[in-house]
Amino acid sequence: MAGESGKIDPMHQFQIEPLAKLDLFGYDISFTNSSLFMMVVLVAIWAFMAGGMKRELVPGRWQMAVEGVTGFINNLMSANVGPEGKRYVPLVFSLFIFILMANFIGMMPFGIVPGVHPFTVTSHLTVTAVLAVLSFGTVLMVGFWRHGFHFFSLFVPHGTPWWLLWLIPPIELFSFLIRPFSLALRLFVAMTAGHVLMKVLAGFVISGLNAEAMWVAPIVAIPSFMLMIAITLLELLVCAIQAYVFALLTSLYINDAVNLH
Amino acid sequence: MEVNSAAMIGAGLAAIGAGMAALGVGNVFGSFLQGALRNPAAADSQQGRLFIGFAAAELLGLLSFLIAILLYLKAA
Repeated sequence: MAGESGKIDPMHQFQIEPLAKLDLFGYDISFTNSSLFMMVVLVAIWAFMAGGMKRELVPGRWQMAVEGVTGFINNLMSANVGPEGKRYVPLVFSLFIFILMANFIGMMPFGIVPGVHPFTVTSHLTVTAVLAVLSFGTVLMVGFWRHGFHFFSLFVPHGTPWWLLWLIPPIELFSFLIRPFSLALRLFVAMTAGHVLMKVLAGFVISGLNAEAMWVAPIVAIPSFMLMIAITLLELLVCAIQAYVFALLTSLYINDAVNLH
Repeated sequence: MEVNSAAMIGAGLAAIGAGMAALGVGNVFGSFLQGALRNPAAADSQQGRLFIGFAAAELLGLLSFLIAILLYLKAA
């Protein structure tokens, strides 16, 4: 990328390239690098879970790690939803670990192998929007199934004075309808922004090393490289926080649907 | 003015929003630490609320980043 044009394009990493062309009734369902990395994420989750689900009486390290993650989501659900929350642990756990693994695998330095590009599945709005629709659709279905039309009382919080009844429900409705967009956009933009920042800094390093003037490399390239190491650590933190925030908000929304408020 | 240059200037202006969100996120964590150091026993129970506040403050900054990227890609 750097050699031909002399400029590094930070958006190139998000390009979706078909690996195997597939066609179904005129729709393009090619197997792309995005699908490939979703499979990699699934295999990683499967390997992680299978290693820890031996149900030994005295758990080893691996089983402790798996139980730590499941216990984390379990606590989250019982703290935010209450005893009813146990039924939604599988859903929230699947969302959480898929997002976490996808974010982490996108940050892994596979690029040191020539010809291999890591691809962050969650850096595309289509993927995160489907995850958000899963979460929002569950809230809608659970809400209407448990409470019927009484679910609409969600838009009139307790203690609303009668003279504000014309104002509060539209605001509540708006904040309810904006939820899937905020869930999807937050994850997508956070991952995209992080990866663009990494690539811009990498561009500084590469063009600093290739510069004609000798003073550029120590003054620009090396500090940029140090900064990149720090930013990588920060991005790993952001990966975990975004997955946690997604699970946390989903649990809060499910709480609204289960218990109203 | 050319549309492309206007879009570039707009992208730069939209990036100010990301900096403003940095103030917001810093405020969320700073206020949490202030409260947590005064009453450390109650800090752990409020971590969920900490991250809700963080998520709300961060989202608005990310939206301004999104606008900046859209304008930039329009101009580039």
